[in-house]
Amino acid sequence: MSIVGSTTEELLGQLASGDVSCVELTSAYLDQIAARDPEVQAFLRYDRDDALRQAERIDAKRQSGQPLGKLAGLPVAVKDNMCTKGQPTTCASRMLEDFVPPYDAHVVTRLKEADAVLMGRANLDEFAMGSSTENSAFQVTRNPHNAEFAPGGSSGGSAAAVGAGMTPLALGSDTGGSIRQPASFCGVVGMKPTYGRVSRYGLVAFASSLDQIGPLAGDVTGTARLLEVIAGHDARDSTCVDLPVPEYTQSLNEPLSGLTIGIAAEHFAEGLDPEVESTVRSALDVYTSLGATVKEISLPHSRYAVATYYVVAPCEASSNLARYDGVHYGFRAESFENMIDMYATTRGEGFGDEVKRRIMVGTYALSAGYYDAYYLKALKVRRLIREDFDRAFADVDVIASPVTPTPAFKIGSLVDDPLAMYLQDLYTLSANLAGIPGISIPAGTSSGGLPIGLQLLAPAFEEERLLRAARMFEQESE
Amino acid sequence: MHHTIVIGLETHVQLLTKSKLFCGCVNRFNPENPNTQTCPVCLGLPGSLPVMNREAFLLSVKTGLALNCDISQFTKWDRKQYYYPDLPKAYQISQYDLPFSHDGFLEAEVEGQGVKRVGIIRAHLEEDAGKNMHDETGGGRDSHVDLNRCGTPLLEIVTEPDLRSAAEAKAYLDELKLLLNYLGVSDCNMQEGSLRCDANINLHIHGDDGSKIATPIVEVKNLNSFRGVEQAIDYEANRQLEIYEETGRKLGDPGVHKETRGWDANRSVTFGQRSKEEASDYRYLPDPDLVPITLTADEIDEIRQALCEFPADRRRRFSEAFELSAYDVSVIVNQGAEFANYFETVAAECGDGKQAANWCTQDVQRELNERSVAIGEFPIGAVALGTLLAKVVANEITTKSAREVFAELLESEAIEPTAALAQIDQIIEERGLAIVSDTGELEGVVETVLAGNQKIADDFRSGKQGAIGPLIGQVMREVKGADAKVVRQMLIEKIGK
Amino acid sequence: MDRQQVEKTALLARLKLSESEVVKFTDQLTGLLDYVAILNEIDTDDVEPMAHAVEVSNVLRDDEPVASLARDDALSNAPKTDGVYFLVPPILTEG
Ligand SMILES: [Mg+2]
Ligand SMILES: [Zn+2]
Repeated sequence: MSIVGSTTEELLGQLASGDVSCVELTSAYLDQIAARDPEVQAFLRYDRDDALRQAERIDAKRQSGQPLGKLAGLPVAVKDNMCTKGQPTTCASRMLEDFVPPYDAHVVTRLKEADAVLMGRANLDEFAMGSSTENSAFQVTRNPHNAEFAPGGSSGGSAAAVGAGMTPLALGSDTGGSIRQPASFCGVVGMKPTYGRVSRYGLVAFASSLDQIGPLAGDVTGTARLLEVIAGHDARDSTCVDLPVPEYTQSLNEPLSGLTIGIAAEHFAEGLDPEVESTVRSALDVYTSLGATVKEISLPHSRYAVATYYVVAPCEASSNLARYDGVHYGFRAESFENMIDMYATTRGEGFGDEVKRRIMVGTYALSAGYYDAYYLKALKVRRLIREDFDRAFADVDVIASPVTPTPAFKIGSLVDDPLAMYLQDLYTLSANLAGIPGISIPAGTSSGGLPIGLQLLAPAFEEERLLRAARMFEQESE
Repeated sequence: MHHTIVIGLETHVQLLTKSKLFCGCVNRFNPENPNTQTCPVCLGLPGSLPVMNREAFLLSVKTGLALNCDISQFTKWDRKQYYYPDLPKAYQISQYDLPFSHDGFLEAEVEGQGVKRVGIIRAHLEEDAGKNMHDETGGGRDSHVDLNRCGTPLLEIVTEPDLRSAAEAKAYLDELKLLLNYLGVSDCNMQEGSLRCDANINLHIHGDDGSKIATPIVEVKNLNSFRGVEQAIDYEANRQLEIYEETGRKLGDPGVHKETRGWDANRSVTFGQRSKEEASDYRYLPDPDLVPITLTADEIDEIRQALCEFPADRRRRFSEAFELSAYDVSVIVNQGAEFANYFETVAAECGDGKQAANWCTQDVQRELNERSVAIGEFPIGAVALGTLLAKVVANEITTKSAREVFAELLESEAIEPTAALAQIDQIIEERGLAIVSDTGELEGVVETVLAGNQKIADDFRSGKQGAIGPLIGQVMREVKGADAKVVRQMLIEKIGK
Repeated sequence: MDRQQVEKTALLARLKLSESEVVKFTDQLTGLLDYVAILNEIDTDDVEPMAHAVEVSNVLRDDEPVASLARDDALSNAPKTDGVYFLVPPILTEG
């Protein structure tokens, strides 16, 4: 049985039975990276020797009969905006090209404790700002299904790595759809947990009230397994909620009886690609055939989500990214006239276009005289968007929708039109504004051979429900 | 025409916590070892997150209550954004529109003027920045940044513009410092920067026709001594008056903004600071990394109940309980809580407030000054001193003898409390300081002295009252510790016979 | 948003922009702000702002010191240091 292409559960079975060692398994994925990544460009860095050393340690641990973690021997790629002690964490930015954190992000600690093999660092849009992974300062990642197309973003490296079989698991971060949209484009499963479900400690902030780390995998079970490892309370993140973490993998295969799925007319409005629409509609038919009820709901403020998001996120980003000034860490410009000029030149040279654009928007919206009109207004509409969901979830268990208006777009086709790029996130970013969990699962393929995903949303902290609902569909389409 | 000085003070107080406001780094003044008290959080490293220190918040609420403020049941944290090398996140976590406390007051005794009530607009909690050190030689070398102080909890206390003179400002600051001392929330060490002041100053100029004009407001920054505050106020009053007389510029005129000035302690002048181009645009936003704090009325009450006695209450209580003058009480209470506690124990132990006050404010204070130490490091414990003074009160030893014992106790330094008590008895014994008032013991000596001084006895009989002094002296030289009153009585009786 | 506002905002944000960036951003930011103006369609007078995605409160830690980083680690990413301090170009002080 081949290693690459197996599910995480199959791999764990082979490792447990001794059919395959962790070193063999890791080598197989490293070989796949060597074969595929020159084209896909998903990894910013990976270190063959380091990965194999980790694998050897895990094999030795297994041989000596020591207890092993939940991911024992499984490779995981990590988006390059989560700090790893002693290894560069660049956020795909020139600004942090040489930044080596003296500490591990909480999720990295969890991965190590779970005996995962850290495979390498996945490419992203600079500071996670973008929907195509074209905004990386270092390389453009390509869609593993067709190299002319974008993998989505900002977790494009993570999604492409899983999609190209270069790793069974990856971590991404999702601020407005940055896990779900690339998962959809690359034909993998990707989940944004409830805000507060996974500690953000060590995740380099883009928009703190929206950012959430989540899992990507080839299937729902792998996604559930990785979430089980990273979820849970961490006292170092004040916004990380202290609630018990269910064993998602245990309940996963139990179908939800009497499932009610909500669909909102607002999610099927103009601009939606017909192939995407028909894919989502046939997914709903699958659910109906499984005994689920589909019910119309209304999310009246969803049409304001993009505008709300593109005020809230840049405002927070302008503040979060102010620290990159060339004083305490990161890039410093070589020539400048004085202190202020050092700041401005450093930031002018260190940041790419999209980051600058968002810093500008956020700075402007927070500046004297504009705060109420933009930022405060957006925070109020944000509450209305959340209340839409609260009302909807009083009637339905989950909400189904497209992930994106279209399948993957061509590399270069949207870079000069920021607003068009922002509208990519139309269906995903409400979940970030409301703080609720969302998952993207493969649901079909376009006539052009590109994957199309289905998005499911659930109320806050109902990841278990979301995963079981996703698994119902996955099981049926197997 | 005459004018009034109008002053509002903003005071930044470092709180006495063990760790910093948002991280576990130790909260300690340590300029000798720069950049050794930092972590990812206070360095503002990418990915790090703040978590609020419970004790810092509690100390803040206590102070707010002591300043008679309303405590908010909902409070939140905001980012105040500006660029400076000692501020690694490029924003300070502070409180903007919903501070934890507001609308209070503090009453301070102004010399020769009575009690002044100073309104408190608000007190809020925020983090301190690190420290920049510039090349003072003008050699243009790089500035140095030490982040040890970065993230230290700071309480900012803002008064209404209620103060009208340097003396009032000084009185307010003295009382505030004392209150913070009693609460135990800050050491208020100004040399180490744990209490720093900004003063907003302008003038109200009253014309003879009843008109009133306000001069532009000047904020004098970073005053790090009370003396500096007083001098800066007086300096600004003169400067602003001169400028007004020259230019007639007043508050509200087009183009008139609040001016920020620095204080040069060496030359005792304020100086204009280059106004940063966008100085006032701090782009506050609620900090998404921190969550709000809510308090119920019961919880606020609970904190209130557990508060210590404030200086003002203690003054009142002392003057009633120990029958002391307002002056004596102030001298004691104003030395700080530890000193006042010391006094109270001495007074209780010896049963005589006046006696205790005299000793504490004179003998003890003199010694503290000489040693330049605080009462906590004084070698004679309050119980020991009280026990010693009780003997004076009970007429077992003379005040003079007590001073001898006191001096010897000081010599022996830092002795155990119980050992001190034994030592007091031992010194009295060894030096024979116990007062002898037993007439039987004195009888013989009195008679011998009288026999040898018939002339003096005759003088006394014939009405020279003063003549008896030397006789008493002689007896007392013979019997160390003889009770002078008893001796005098015996002599008078015997001469009269 | 006009050119002057873009320049003022860039100064506030400490971003040195090239001439072509100023032109491009003036255009793009204007477009975005025009789009954002649809928020004004909604009456939000009685709506509480929502700054956090999950609204919890009272997260506090005990006042317990923990070990700090060694100085070398604290300075390890600094663009310029003398091994003791972070170094920055002279900050102009006046007096
Ligand atoms: Mg302040
Ligand atoms: Zn720290």
